[in-house]
Amino acid sequence: MTDQAPDIEIRSLFKIFGTDGAAYVEVVKQGMSKKELNARHRHVLGLRDINLTMHGGCIQVIMGLSGSGKSTLIRHINRLIEPTSGEVVIAGTDVVKMTQKELLDFRRYKTAMVFQKFGLLPHRTVFENTVYGLEVRGLSAREQRDTAMRWIERVGLKGFESKYPNQLSGGMQQRVGLARALATDAPILLMDEAFSALDPLIRMDMQTVLLDIQKDVGKTIVFITHDLDEALRLGDSIAILRDGEMIQVGSAQDIVLNPADDYVANFVRHVNRGKVIHVDSIMMPPFPGTPASGATVSLGTTLEDAAEVLAREDADGIDVTDPSGERVGHVALRQIVSAMVTPHFEASA
Amino acid sequence: MDWFYSFPHMNDGSLSALRNVIDDGFRGFTRSYGDAIEGLFQPLQAFLIWAERLLTGTPWPVVLLVIAGLAWLASRSWPIVLGAVATLLIIGWFDMWTDTMRTISMIFVCTVIAVVIGLPLGILMARSDRLSRIITPVLDVMQTMPSFVYLIPVVMLLGIGRVPGVIAVVIYALPPIIRLTNLGIRQVDRETLEAARAFGSSSWQLLKKVQLPLALPTIMAGMNQTIMMALAMVVIASMIGVQGLGQPVLRAINNQYFTLGLFNGLAIVGIAIMFDRVTQAYGRRLQKHQEAMHD
Repeated sequence: MTDQAPDIEIRSLFKIFGTDGAAYVEVVKQGMSKKELNARHRHVLGLRDINLTMHGGCIQVIMGLSGSGKSTLIRHINRLIEPTSGEVVIAGTDVVKMTQKELLDFRRYKTAMVFQKFGLLPHRTVFENTVYGLEVRGLSAREQRDTAMRWIERVGLKGFESKYPNQLSGGMQQRVGLARALATDAPILLMDEAFSALDPLIRMDMQTVLLDIQKDVGKTIVFITHDLDEALRLGDSIAILRDGEMIQVGSAQDIVLNPADDYVANFVRHVNRGKVIHVDSIMMPPFPGTPASGATVSLGTTLEDAAEVLAREDADGIDVTDPSGERVGHVALRQIVSAMVTPHFEASA
Repeated sequence: MDWFYSFPHMNDGSLSALRNVIDDGFRGFTRSYGDAIEGLFQPLQAFLIWAERLLTGTPWPVVLLVIAGLAWLASRSWPIVLGAVATLLIIGWFDMWTDTMRTISMIFVCTVIAVVIGLPLGILMARSDRLSRIITPVLDVMQTMPSFVYLIPVVMLLGIGRVPGVIAVVIYALPPIIRLTNLGIRQVDRETLEAARAFGSSSWQLLKKVQLPLALPTIMAGMNQTIMMALAMVVIASMIGVQGLGQPVLRAINNQYFTLGLFNGLAIVGIAIMFDRVTQAYGRRLQKHQEAMHD
């Protein structure tokens, strides 16, 4: 890979839509609500004081319902939307302060984007769409060809190079979108509800493709979604937005175990907790002496997988080992079951 | 109550004074700059003569073959090519070949000029709402002003001949290509544009690689309209000395030669249909990629 995947640091970012957004940053900073701003000044608060560090090489999910500002936020990273105030610092450079020319180069070499409705060029074939980012850079036709063909094959579109987007199904069109983004080999990949328009089975399939590719490329991926299951599956870290404000940032497990407020709690109530929570967070110290049972699971195993092992071994408890094989904890069947069931007091707390 | 029944108007003296001032002003302008302006249009004159000589001077079988070839390249449809060839053969058989070639050469020059002026203007209009608000009423005037009215200053300035004729035709035929270029570019999907911008396209790349190709079918519809409107002006242009199928029609009007008028009129209709079918087929071919066909 040509570039080390950089961190993305968003610092006190505000976006106020309207003719003169800058004039209202101060009142918003002093706590004017979105509703009040709209009623009194006819300006729409897009984002309020967003601070978020996205770590290089990780998948950062940004989640929220429609209107929460998530699509606005991702467009600030490559400045498709101009912020009203704030900084977006990537590898020591503030994107907000770039000149037009610097911004073009930044978009050409540092970021690539995948869109909810694919954003393919309808008059270009799959191949011609895939090379778009390279063509814009001014690469030779041969270099374009080699790279594009490699990625077309990788996303499973070999043989479809000369088809037009309209001839492909949604899932295949988004594979083109993904190939186009990956072909640029930009260290930052922005995915705006990339899989939301696909039906559930194909969505799962595309998530697998993405995770699989990410293992090889290790990019900084920003993934927008409104689907919690998708967020939990993909996100190394998850940020939750509501009405333009950041409510909680944490790992999947943090968010499921300690939702910051009712809004988040409601979000996570129907989650399959067994797939998210690890044995680490509920295990007790190991019994001294001999192992309680023959079976062991390693740290980081999900409750569901641990339960499966228990069922297979017909045991009541299982030992947890660290990577060196040392026993570090013990989990009983009863603990696993109670952790997998949504506690009602949490949802109403 | 007199004012109630007859509209109160400016008195005749000041009205004719106003007319005289404007007329004298324009005449003075013509006298001092007429030659310079005529010189300015010299290249256009040369272009017109070149195009006319090319079509009238080349042996007819060659012209027929070239036109058939162009029709095939644009439409890829045998019925359209055969129709075009048949039309031209009939026109030739009725002894209207030379006039038809003159008219086609004039239409060709007018279309080239309309595209050269109209395409950039349409692009600029699509980029600036303000410019669009300024140009739109001008286009409305150009399309609705009776063409005889703007023939007057053009003839005063440049006299009778090919160049003033072409200018009159271009004024009349220019609006559709400007309007439809503007429309075509504005209709390009916002998300497609955003995607192209996200990959770092400069505004020139955006225009060349995304906006123009996607607007091309609409622009072609504008060009089709422009050609049709230019053909509609053939008879009027012949009044100020443009040679071609219009002049026999004019003669027929003056002398009540019904058949002469009808034949030449039908020849104009024939080449109009030919141009229309060919350019439309080309426009449809440009949209091939939009046919959804899952397989």
